[in-house]
Amino acid sequence: MLSADEPRFQYASDQSLLVYFDQPNKKGWGKARPLQSEITRQANENVRRLLRLLELEPVAGVRNLHPAYCSLLVKFDALRMRHEELETILRRYLERLKEVRLPELRRVEIPVCYSGEFGPDLAEVCAQHGIAEARAIELHASVEYLVYFLGFVPGFAYLGELPKALATPRLATPRRRVPAGSVGIAGTQTGVYPFATPGGWRLIGRTPIKMFRADSDGSSLLSIGDRVRFTPISRERFAELEKKWA
Amino acid sequence: MGVIAVQAPGLLTTVQDLGREGFGPLGVSPSGAADAVALRIGNRLVGNAGDAAGLEMTLHGGTFSFPMGAVLALTGSDFAATLDGVPVEPWTSLLVNLGQTLRVGPALFSGARCYLCVRGGISVEPFLRGASTHLLSGLGGHEGRALRKGDVLTIGLGKEGLSPWLPVRVPRHRKRTVAAKALERLAPRKVLRVTPGPQSDWFPKAAQKEFYASTYRVTEEANRMGLRLEGTALLEGAYGEMISEGVSLGAVQIAAGGLPIILFVEQQTTGGYPKIANVISADFHSLGQLRPRDEIRFERVDWKKARALLMEQEKLLASEELIVES
Repeated sequence: MLSADEPRFQYASDQSLLVYFDQPNKKGWGKARPLQSEITRQANENVRRLLRLLELEPVAGVRNLHPAYCSLLVKFDALRMRHEELETILRRYLERLKEVRLPELRRVEIPVCYSGEFGPDLAEVCAQHGIAEARAIELHASVEYLVYFLGFVPGFAYLGELPKALATPRLATPRRRVPAGSVGIAGTQTGVYPFATPGGWRLIGRTPIKMFRADSDGSSLLSIGDRVRFTPISRERFAELEKKWA
Repeated sequence: MGVIAVQAPGLLTTVQDLGREGFGPLGVSPSGAADAVALRIGNRLVGNAGDAAGLEMTLHGGTFSFPMGAVLALTGSDFAATLDGVPVEPWTSLLVNLGQTLRVGPALFSGARCYLCVRGGISVEPFLRGASTHLLSGLGGHEGRALRKGDVLTIGLGKEGLSPWLPVRVPRHRKRTVAAKALERLAPRKVLRVTPGPQSDWFPKAAQKEFYASTYRVTEEANRMGLRLEGTALLEGAYGEMISEGVSLGAVQIAAGGLPIILFVEQQTTGGYPKIANVISADFHSLGQLRPRDEIRFERVDWKKARALLMEQEKLLASEELIVES
């Protein structure tokens, strides 16, 4: 079996290359459902190290980077380079992963008003797990989450891991419109919708904080690698903060 | 400075350039013109840099007036435009006099998008160094949204840094048009060429064969984020969700029901469905001209061929013969 230190490469398109840090389980590929490796923090740390190195020492011809749980998609200018050439360069970068210094750990607190119309799925989540609302809120706010990556839409951070006692599958039918600031859960993930978009995560609360600022720099409240905690707030506090952030 | 006054916005008209690359780590997809080839040619026709911002109109164009005149070109699908009632030749530069009105109608025969390029480009507040509108998040372009009646857009100063159509001076203009032969070679395709996707081998041989043999139909759910197709469902291999990973432009992902979705310019940056194939770069602009009910097929090519086709297209786009001056 490959170790986390031996990433594998996969051509994704004629202008992109995927680097995986996970451990594939080859058993049954193409026949039965491929057994997936678990999302490990180690794999994600390797993603962040490679991303960091590529940001510090950009490769000419690389146009974009899409980090995820245990992979990094590297988009390149196909007129300038081929997959093989990029792979050779990336292998040299990978040899240096251990020496990469990740940015200083940033801790971010996100105030959330749970329940009521802000958390339309909270009751259902509690019913599925046979727990009281107060307990669900306590659980959600009890751990420090890792920002595995930002994806889906600008500023949407994939946070893990939700306490197992709260883990709930996503909705069978996604909502057409989820209000901005909604806090959702799906499987062992949690996250905040920065914009009003369609979405299939179960909504348990809402934050009055702006997750993504549409100024010319497009600043996101959260970045990959950040640590996040949710703090329960009252409806009154929500209203106050909402005014402040408007 | 010149302006464009929006008298009627059309069905869905947005400001687009060639997209903003490099913000994947923020979850921001490039966006940009759905038919980048048409935008680039339009810009060349009016004398702009290829990445200047223009207007992307969808299925039905709008009505625009130019109080201070302009030099413009319409490219992409033919939307039967008229200038003060006189038919406008597509793929050709055009001098608009002070106060004239351009009416851009519905897509005539085929295709989905028409581009209005104006000399100097359209000037908007940049967002992450780009002018493209990202509709889903309401960012970029003109106030992050599709144009509305009453909007007034500023025409930029262009690469010369000065506006050539102050009312006191008639802009220099020699009619430029695209060579017919080049247009033929760049015509949008209905047989999309693809390379294998990162999860191709999750799909049994029979399912892959079926995918390449089938005709798919573009559904009503076809927009800048993606195109949902209907046709033969690939049930074997469509395992539903996997661990989310970065997704490429043009990725053909197979959702839980076994039907393909092609990810497009305003795509989500990461996704959790297996991808059976990926449309090649040289055919991206063809995706931008697909409309609901169009029938398409996929044709597999190897990496070498995909690259050769892109090189060939770029060579044509950069060539002197592309544009004929009269």
